[in-house]
Amino acid sequence: MSLHKKERLLLVGNGMAGMRTIDELLVRDRDRYDIEVIGAEPHPNYNRIMLSSVLAGEKRLEDIVLHSRQFYAQNNIALTTGDAARSIDTAAKTVTLESGRSLTFDKLILATGSRPVVPPLPGLELPGNCAFRDIADLQRMQEASRNGTHAVVIGGGLLGLEAAFGLMRLGMKVTVLHLMQTLMERQLDEAAGYLLQRDLITRGINVITLAETESILGNERASAVRLSDGRELTADLVVFAIGVRPNIDLARKSGLEVNRGIKVDDTMRSTHSAIYAVGECVEHRGMTFGLVAPLWLQAKTCAAALCDETNVAFTPPANYTSLKITGIDVFSAGVLGARDDGDEEVTLRDAGSRHYKKLVIRDDKLVGAILYGEISDGPWFVEMIESGQDISAVRDRLLFGRALAQAA
Amino acid sequence: MFHSPSLPSPQTPIKTTCPYCGVGCGVVASGDGSVRGDDSHPANEGRLCSKGSALGETLGMGGRILYPEIEGRRATWDQALDHTAAKFSAAIRDHGPDSVAIYASGQFLTEDYYVANKLMKGFFGAANIDTNSRLCMASSVAGHIRAFGEDIVPGSYEDIDHADLIILVGSNAAWCHPILFRRLEVAKKARGTKFIVIDPRVTASCDGAELHLPLRAGSDVALFNGLLAFLADNKHFDNVFLENHCSGMDSAVATARTFTISEIAATTGLDQHDILKFYSLFASTRRVVTAYSQGVNQSSAGTDKVNAIINCHLATGRIGKPGMGPFSLTGQPNAMGGREVGGLANQLAAHMSFASPEHIERVGRFWNATNIAQEPGLKAVDLFEALHAGKIKALWIAGTNPAVSLPRADRIRDALRACDFVVNADCHHGDTSAFAHVLLPARGWSEKDGTVTNSERRISRQRAFRPAPGEAMPDWWMLAQLGQRMGWQDAFAYEKPSQIFREHAALSAFENNGERLFDIGALAELNDNDYENMPPCQWPAPKKGHQGGRLLGDGLFPTSDGRARLVATPFRPLAEMPHGEKPLILNTGRIRDQWHTMTRTGSVARLSAHTPEPYLDINPEDAHRAGLEDGGMVRIESAHASAIMPVRLSNEQRQGEVHAAMHWSFTNSSTGPADRLVGASVDPISGQPELKASAVSISPQEMAWHGLLLHREPLSTIDSTYWCRIAIECGYAFPLAGINPLARPGETPGDEWLLAMLGAEPASDLAVYADPARGSFRYALFRDGDLIACLFVARDAGAIPERETMAKIFASPIPVENRARMLAGISLDGVTSAGPTICACFTIGQTTIIDTIERCGLKSTAEIGASLKAGTNCGSCLPELEKLLRTTAQPGALTQAA
Repeated sequence: MSLHKKERLLLVGNGMAGMRTIDELLVRDRDRYDIEVIGAEPHPNYNRIMLSSVLAGEKRLEDIVLHSRQFYAQNNIALTTGDAARSIDTAAKTVTLESGRSLTFDKLILATGSRPVVPPLPGLELPGNCAFRDIADLQRMQEASRNGTHAVVIGGGLLGLEAAFGLMRLGMKVTVLHLMQTLMERQLDEAAGYLLQRDLITRGINVITLAETESILGNERASAVRLSDGRELTADLVVFAIGVRPNIDLARKSGLEVNRGIKVDDTMRSTHSAIYAVGECVEHRGMTFGLVAPLWLQAKTCAAALCDETNVAFTPPANYTSLKITGIDVFSAGVLGARDDGDEEVTLRDAGSRHYKKLVIRDDKLVGAILYGEISDGPWFVEMIESGQDISAVRDRLLFGRALAQAA
Repeated sequence: MFHSPSLPSPQTPIKTTCPYCGVGCGVVASGDGSVRGDDSHPANEGRLCSKGSALGETLGMGGRILYPEIEGRRATWDQALDHTAAKFSAAIRDHGPDSVAIYASGQFLTEDYYVANKLMKGFFGAANIDTNSRLCMASSVAGHIRAFGEDIVPGSYEDIDHADLIILVGSNAAWCHPILFRRLEVAKKARGTKFIVIDPRVTASCDGAELHLPLRAGSDVALFNGLLAFLADNKHFDNVFLENHCSGMDSAVATARTFTISEIAATTGLDQHDILKFYSLFASTRRVVTAYSQGVNQSSAGTDKVNAIINCHLATGRIGKPGMGPFSLTGQPNAMGGREVGGLANQLAAHMSFASPEHIERVGRFWNATNIAQEPGLKAVDLFEALHAGKIKALWIAGTNPAVSLPRADRIRDALRACDFVVNADCHHGDTSAFAHVLLPARGWSEKDGTVTNSERRISRQRAFRPAPGEAMPDWWMLAQLGQRMGWQDAFAYEKPSQIFREHAALSAFENNGERLFDIGALAELNDNDYENMPPCQWPAPKKGHQGGRLLGDGLFPTSDGRARLVATPFRPLAEMPHGEKPLILNTGRIRDQWHTMTRTGSVARLSAHTPEPYLDINPEDAHRAGLEDGGMVRIESAHASAIMPVRLSNEQRQGEVHAAMHWSFTNSSTGPADRLVGASVDPISGQPELKASAVSISPQEMAWHGLLLHREPLSTIDSTYWCRIAIECGYAFPLAGINPLARPGETPGDEWLLAMLGAEPASDLAVYADPARGSFRYALFRDGDLIACLFVARDAGAIPERETMAKIFASPIPVENRARMLAGISLDGVTSAGPTICACFTIGQTTIIDTIERCGLKSTAEIGASLKAGTNCGSCLPELEKLLRTTAQPGALTQAA
């Protein structure tokens, strides 16, 4: 143990990206910093991605805890929960909490995450509306399922569909409203989107696309959703899942440079030399992040920087995602379709078994993959996309996955 | 009345005879499909070849003609036969007896033949009955008659066992008469028998040969004339035998001496040294069998070739004695039976001849014939020429496929199309049945009952042991019914084959007095029970005298003066000599595992594996000159037709000569019959066409796309420039290639094309793989969850999967959870499923994780993460990984983990 006084590292945001950074740091040098963690939620760090599984009853809350209070204690990390950071004095290097407590830091990590986007609709203030972001939202939805029968989920993206599936598993009659022509249009092409819609409908989830929500109706509580075409859908619960926005209020107030997110350089450092940011709250070279893989990489980069490692730089990995709905396997990585004449698509359509696969190839390299129904080779395609290797030798088998492409 | 044969139970083994080549092997078969060689049959002593062994797999085949049809509509037997009788009667009445004809087959049983021959020659009043034996051994018949006075095969198979030298001329016995070839190999081992192969091609029969003489096509007469001259010049003649038993030696030898040895070498293209080695071996070996087959017979000089060979045996007295003699190997199971009956247009009956008014009168009297023919009828090629000229008004075709097997097959098709009335009695639909006005369902092997004769004159029973499908009937019954309905009730009142056989046997003995060696009078006495149980027996079988065995060894020949004839055989070149525009000679022939036009063998997967596709074999030098590559496509053109087929480069092929198989037809390929390309020049005496030498040109055929179709059904029309049908384990494979692009670059082939290719309805359950940039498309068609067909097409042949691999996949259960994976076109063997997904982020399956834990001895989730990434993303599977680590450590705990 070193004799001189340790530097003080403060983490604002007790979520996945922030705590992963602490993990990475401890691996590198467990004695370097005196660490304190501030969390707005009253819980230890949990796996937010798995809230859908808890909602669907496939996991319990304790299953998704990533760092128990014990962990903090064992690693000499001070933890404050249920108290959000209110302001930062960048000159004095202090953070003030809602409770009024003031904490000093030598280094600060902002991991404030993101906030659900909620459109300005009449009726939004009614009880019975919620987002799907944290354990509190989860508990609202679980309660609503006990007292009501109809749920409307606004937003047919990844999160909205997982919420819809979870609510259906809790016994509710669920309708998904989606503004666009096909579901998950940011991750899937039209063909896969249609397959997904059909499969959800088969499972009893009502899906309305090109659905523009006009207002939430109700007196005491939300009771229905009205669409711009006049249709009304009974709703004991309305879940908003139309997207998230980086939570940058604290950073902006503190004078850090922000745009959509907190601007960071390749080492995850903000415009203040002692302040870093990781997770969904950051903006790196104009990009913001919502998927877990780049967050892990950010955590690694940030931890390395905090340990004064040189030559560390965050390069966003290929985007890929899969949908966590039991029995519906969807995987998407890279670009979704041919953009110009140089791009080539290889497809497999098997409507009978509800399988669909598409690869996008550019200059003999794989640049995108959409898998529907049979996704086991998703990670391999991600590897192929990331490595940028020439695939021309295995092109005729590539779509059928690693085992067959690499078979003799 | 038809007396239906009583059938054994499906498990009861019965003795019958193989329906393929002329070896005539005994088979023990039962209705349940089990087949083995008959140990007690002298022809094979228990052995069977690849085709014979697969007979069980041909039983109960689909695609049979089941019911009579008139003009494509189902009819009763009465309707079909009455209609046919009326047509034949009208033709004879209006146009005379010459206006009707029967074209029959070496697949006929002797009883079928007998009735057909009797009906045509005795009652229709003309001799226009010919058979596909005309394509097979008519030259041997003619050669035998010229030399011996009668169509006699002097030797027996056991002469092969006793020979010291066997010369195979124009015979690939290893493939075409495999059981005889086995016998030759045994003799080679047992007594050091040497054998020499005289064949333009290196064939399987050359394995172990002392010498192979790859002579130029059609030069056999020059080679054997040279041998005769050599034997004369070197004093190897048996002068006593010649003096006492032969005539014609002087002119034969004088003709033979026309060529010097160097001229023979130049004519045959053989090395002079090799020629002399052959001559010396022949001269110095007394026990010589010269066995010959289609390379000799199928020639415009076929009869001369036969006599050139026989001359050498007569001159040395090597005939009819143990281990020596000329030996014609017949191609068909009952070509010999047909010859005995007289079922060729130039024969009368029972080895009696139109040349003798006495014979004609005798046969007419025996038959109580109302209108006995007085002169020979039209031989096959002439018969179909007459058909083409409109002179034949009613034609009965049975058990053969002339639209495939006759030379200039396109012209044969035209002739059939133009004919007023064609009856086709057969087991299977084929190229010929498409032209029939009346279609009659015939019984096939295992269903029909009667006798056949093999190449060594051995008569064996073919017995029925399975019920006939649908309303199929024996050929003899149909023909007898026709006779009855045309007014000759008494002459054709047959109810069972034994009656016919007895009459046939009686005719052979009728007023014979030893004049005709073909006498099976002893068999005329058989009662029904004797006939049923008749063991194989070799003729002659007269009531009194010498039974079976070798013939002519006593030097007494059935000629007018009792002497054999040596025949002068001046060498004549091929009818179609190669020339500037058509510089190559096309040879046609059999492959090992197919029979004739493949109606039976073509549906057996293991018989299709040996040579699955039509091919043109070509010497690499010739290929190089023409710009052809192995496996590429060639357009081959003769004066008569053109065809596209794959090329095989082969050093076994002489330069200047190419080879194609005779088996394929338009029913199973785009290539169609090889005989379309073949000219119709015939031997002037035998009328046998020159099927093995046609002048052709070749050029590479570029293809815009290649493909492979697999289908459960035996499709016979496919929209592809090149295709052929190959039986595979659970269906059929069709290699494809097209000259017109399927789609514009970057685009997808049209739905209409696709549905037509697959034989599918719109809105079918399809899996579709598309790589438009590479022009590669793959399709799988399902019906009720079952895989029905899959199709691969691509611009580049290299993008098409291996047929064998796909056939294996097509025969395997298709995994329901990933049925489209077979469109990868590679074997799924050893490609394990990953198991249920444990790590959702990296989709790592349980099986993969367990395997890796075991293989790498992993101890922690961190190690699993390092190896597989599992659990390193969201981490939610870590508890499951812990559990797998715990359970995998203990053997046998895997199932609990699952």
